Amino acid sequence: MTAAKPGKKDRRTVFVCQGTGCVSGKSIEITEALAKAVKEQGLDGVDIDFTGCHGFCEQGPVAIIEPEGIFYTHVTVADVPEIVTSHLRDGKPVERLFYKDPVSGQAIPLYKDIKFYSMQQRIILRNCGHINPERIGDYTARGGYEALKKVLKEMAPQQVIDTLKASGLRGRGGAGFSTGQKWQFCYDVKAEQKYMICNADEGDPGAFMDRSTMEGDPHTVIEGMTIAAYAIGASEGYIYIRAEYPLAVKRVRLAIEQAEKTGYLGKNILGSDFSLTIHVKEGAGAFVCGEETALMASIEGKRGMPRSRPPFPATSGLWGKPTTINNVKSLATVPVIIARGADWYAGIGTEKSKGTCVFALTGKIANSGLIEVPMGIKLRDIIYEIGGGIPGGKKFKAVQTGGPSGGCLPEDYLDKSVDYESLTEAGSMMGSGGMVVMDEDTCMVDIARYFLSFTQSESCGKCVPCRVGTKQMLDILERICRGEGVKEDIDTLETLGNQIKAGSLCALGQTAPNPVLTTLRYFKDEYEAHIEEKRCPALSCASLISFYILPDKCQGCGICARECPADAIAGGKRLIHVIDQDKCVKCGTCLEVCPARFGAVTKVSGETIEVPKEPVPVTAEKPKAGTAT
Amino acid sequence: MVPLAKDTLTKADVQEKLEDIFSRYKGERQELIPVLQETQAKFRYLPAVAMREISKFLQIPESSVYGVSTFYAQFKLTPLGKKVIRVCRGTACHVRGSAKVLAEIEKQLGIKAGETTEDMEYTLETVACIGACALAPTMTIDSETYGKMTTKKVAEVLGDSSKAG
Repeated sequence: MTAAKPGKKDRRTVFVCQGTGCVSGKSIEITEALAKAVKEQGLDGVDIDFTGCHGFCEQGPVAIIEPEGIFYTHVTVADVPEIVTSHLRDGKPVERLFYKDPVSGQAIPLYKDIKFYSMQQRIILRNCGHINPERIGDYTARGGYEALKKVLKEMAPQQVIDTLKASGLRGRGGAGFSTGQKWQFCYDVKAEQKYMICNADEGDPGAFMDRSTMEGDPHTVIEGMTIAAYAIGASEGYIYIRAEYPLAVKRVRLAIEQAEKTGYLGKNILGSDFSLTIHVKEGAGAFVCGEETALMASIEGKRGMPRSRPPFPATSGLWGKPTTINNVKSLATVPVIIARGADWYAGIGTEKSKGTCVFALTGKIANSGLIEVPMGIKLRDIIYEIGGGIPGGKKFKAVQTGGPSGGCLPEDYLDKSVDYESLTEAGSMMGSGGMVVMDEDTCMVDIARYFLSFTQSESCGKCVPCRVGTKQMLDILERICRGEGVKEDIDTLETLGNQIKAGSLCALGQTAPNPVLTTLRYFKDEYEAHIEEKRCPALSCASLISFYILPDKCQGCGICARECPADAIAGGKRLIHVIDQDKCVKCGTCLEVCPARFGAVTKVSGETIEVPKEPVPVTAEKPKAGTAT
Repeated sequence: MVPLAKDTLTKADVQEKLEDIFSRYKGERQELIPVLQETQAKFRYLPAVAMREISKFLQIPESSVYGVSTFYAQFKLTPLGKKVIRVCRGTACHVRGSAKVLAEIEKQLGIKAGETTEDMEYTLETVACIGACALAPTMTIDSETYGKMTTKKVAEVLGDSSKAG
């Protein structure tokens, strides 16, 4: 499983994660400190190396010591001397850095025993966290580029396409179209020049799987893309990466350079007649460029606006030439399908959705991170087994899949199978793989407003339903969140939503109403509470909540008054403090800072609590808070 | 209309840097976005005079250069502060309270998102997602990422960057 050097069985390697998450936790400094400490101690049998993202970003920075498979979490530079002396020198692992199970509290030393990992099935992410992404040798040592060799030596393009079709692989960018069929369309068109594009413009807020794949295992993307180019007959390729992902850009560029030097890319690849040049194009920050026709316009140097299809890119794509566009994850799967066979791949997943899917599991969840699971798994298993459930004893409310194009599914759907069909039927979609968990504190109207504000600002403006429609929907949602909603708003939202879905030119507009329509379908009571009772049940919408200091609990300590950013709290020593509701900005600071032993600050929505008008002395006989509406 | 910066840069000020950038390109339309990216990397925004030179170099109308520059969020037509703060407004960050973090930074710097402080020290922006969702809420100052932000950590993080700068 490791990239430790063969023939040196006693050698141990410390792999420090240098994915973006862990790097923000100073993992580069940790790697350097480890190397320095190991050298100072004169430990010969220890190598210090780094990998791409392990997926368990919540626990970062993380490090694995191989071959034992000891997994350290929340490592800091200060922990380095102890790791080196106690573990690497004296053979005594540092227990306090072990992962602690969020349910049982038990410390788990080995990577393979942690539920977060043991319940996953990693195909796309097979190498992430196990190899140094900046060394091509690490990739080839784990079977990398063998699939490309097989394809170029033994398979005709049509055979490659047939294998992909038989595997049942569907596009992992969201729409779920058969990858083999997509290649077939492009293969069937006769042309001098064709293009192969890798769509790495991962724009969904709340998704980072493409980024982690490129950062952790860039060669698999390049190998998959080269096989695809061979199958369709393209000699030039583009990887379109978001400029917001500088580390991914750097590692992909480096991997291309290495592949060219080793003969896996460039002219006459591996001695065959097939040649391929891959260029990296950095996106410039436009969500709509994830749409294939917009992406191509952007590569051509234009405003990234979609155009109507047909003609499809397979017949007229980049510069009018036949073009195939595949997502990062689809391409990362291709080498494994070729190496292990279509039947093996088709044996994973459900009848119509084959293989595995990668999710960025985030939000109100104990184990945030990147996970890969077989299609058909239940949402409940993802959230409660792999994800470790909702932290802080809070209650689950919804899970959002598919980013701004998807929807929010309630508890009833937790036992549904995760696959393209089931999610679409429920009004959401697979999307590119964002999975955001929401608990009782998340307001569903606010979430709908949040997504609409995103799609509205990212709408390119070309077609009216999307440009004007999303703006109208957003205005209504903002009004409802301010407590100014009217009864007709719910019907208007539904009508507008269905019209935008039917009338928009591209998938951005066609799916933009989904977050609103699904929350209306499953959480209508929250909309009604906002509109009819001017109440936010999740106590989240600032205009609809109030903070009060309970006179029977306040001890007059004065902390809240000192911390209040708006100077809205009146009080004094041993006086019961009072919040001026007109000055209050609803930031919640007073609630956070009030000592837990007093617990005197309360947050309410849709009710008023009777409190003294002016600060009064704290007495033994405390006045009781009365409720009035 | 996004106004162009009323900057005092003249052709002579940008000439040398632009010639260096142009030397790596053929002068074709498809090169517009990378050329703009490199130009912005040099000047930290797109000076009006540089955009005019780019239009001549690529032989496309100035309106096309302006059109592309205003379409993509990455391009700035006004000078940026010395340090650029980006607060992530992705979904995971949103449900974990990034709006409060943003409000606190706005309060401490006395500017709104999209603005630059008068002393040109900080530019504050929001970003759709930086892809570090497991560390939500997150923000970046230049290339440094700060995870699991709270309103309390804001002062510390801003202090941290002023020391580093």
